[in-house]
Amino acid sequence: MTFGWLPGAVGDIAHGAATTILLIAVTTLAGTLLSILGAAGRRNGPALLKRAIAWYVEVMRNTPFLVQLFFIFFGLPSLGVRLDPILAAMLAMTLNMAAYTIEIVGAGLDAVPPGQTEAALALGLRPRQVFIKIVLPQALKIIYPALTSQIVIMMLESAVVSQIAVRELTYEADMLQARTFRSFETYFVVTLVYLALSMALRRLLVTGGRRALGAGVS
Amino acid sequence: MIEFTLWDIVRNLLLAARWTVLLSLAAFVGGAAVGMAVLFFRISKNKWSRRIASGYIALFQGTPLLMQLFLMFFGLPMLGLRIEPWTAAVLGLTFFASAYLAEIWRSGVDALPLGQWDAGASLGLHYLQELRLIILPQAFSITRAPTVGFLVQLIKSTALTSIIGFEELVRTSNAINNATFEPFKVYGLVALIFFAMCFPLTQYARSLEKRAATR
Repeated sequence: MTFGWLPGAVGDIAHGAATTILLIAVTTLAGTLLSILGAAGRRNGPALLKRAIAWYVEVMRNTPFLVQLFFIFFGLPSLGVRLDPILAAMLAMTLNMAAYTIEIVGAGLDAVPPGQTEAALALGLRPRQVFIKIVLPQALKIIYPALTSQIVIMMLESAVVSQIAVRELTYEADMLQARTFRSFETYFVVTLVYLALSMALRRLLVTGGRRALGAGVS
Repeated sequence: MIEFTLWDIVRNLLLAARWTVLLSLAAFVGGAAVGMAVLFFRISKNKWSRRIASGYIALFQGTPLLMQLFLMFFGLPMLGLRIEPWTAAVLGLTFFASAYLAEIWRSGVDALPLGQWDAGASLGLHYLQELRLIILPQAFSITRAPTVGFLVQLIKSTALTSIIGFEELVRTSNAINNATFEPFKVYGLVALIFFAMCFPLTQYARSLEKRAATR
């Protein structure tokens, strides 16, 4: 094994890692927001919406992310929706993550005792205020560990978007190994970068969560 | 130019899906075998065995499967083995599955009351007998739902082996798409075939979960 190529490749690897971080940051925010709406809709929406969300969750959870990505990137243009690779990747990741986190957020909403809602309503809060100020924060606190795992899984899954030429970490690795002919070494180094990223991301989410949601978050 | 009818596309996709099924089964069986070994290390009384097994699991759960497949594909030839996409795919998915299965079963072992171990010891069983006769059967039985759930994840993960050149469902669909220029139809059908494979298993896992909850 030789690593002489490594000093010249640090810039590319860092650039790829930055794109991966951008992807997961956008996905986390959009995916969590979407799953809160989805979970609330699945509980309180009209019957048709409930059924649509249930099917959405089943379809996304029972098909590979790679196929969803290809469907969005290659398939949607035939319906007239043409997306940039990076936008297609963000959309696919968000939709995929939401399917998993709708279930997680839903479980959290169910776990908040109904007395909390009743007490808030008795205090004269409007239903929307009850949801946003009382139920949701408690639910998020309960499900935070599961949410954290899902975000890390999504970050690892994002390696796949290199296949539609998004210039993230795996794509940079593909380019590097094509240039250096040091395939194993390149992927070895990049795998370590992913490992470091996933450990750092988990750490960041736990500390950030503890600060935002209060003690007891792990 | 050759015309592809819908039936041509479906037939070719279904033929390719056989490889997806075969790969999933091979990886699941292999993963279960290796996962058992990892489990033994993970619940061993020796601190270093446990640490090594935890490290193994963390490594596979903390890196993308795609990277693991690349390392397998490009790494094994460096050891002097001639490697083909099929071998790399099976080995890569086997190790990937072993880490997840070991962790799932470990949670089952941990969930058993310590009294089970004590009872086994008081019957005069030695460590391996305790595991074989008392601990593992119960641990497997309470983790059946997540194990089936992981099988679904494994089936979906086989899609990634198309990237290292293994000719399964997704790779075949790429080829068909390049010939027909009907990505919406082709990838839609691929998603449908995956759904048909995974959804029954998901439902089965759900029913196992429900049964476990009422027991």
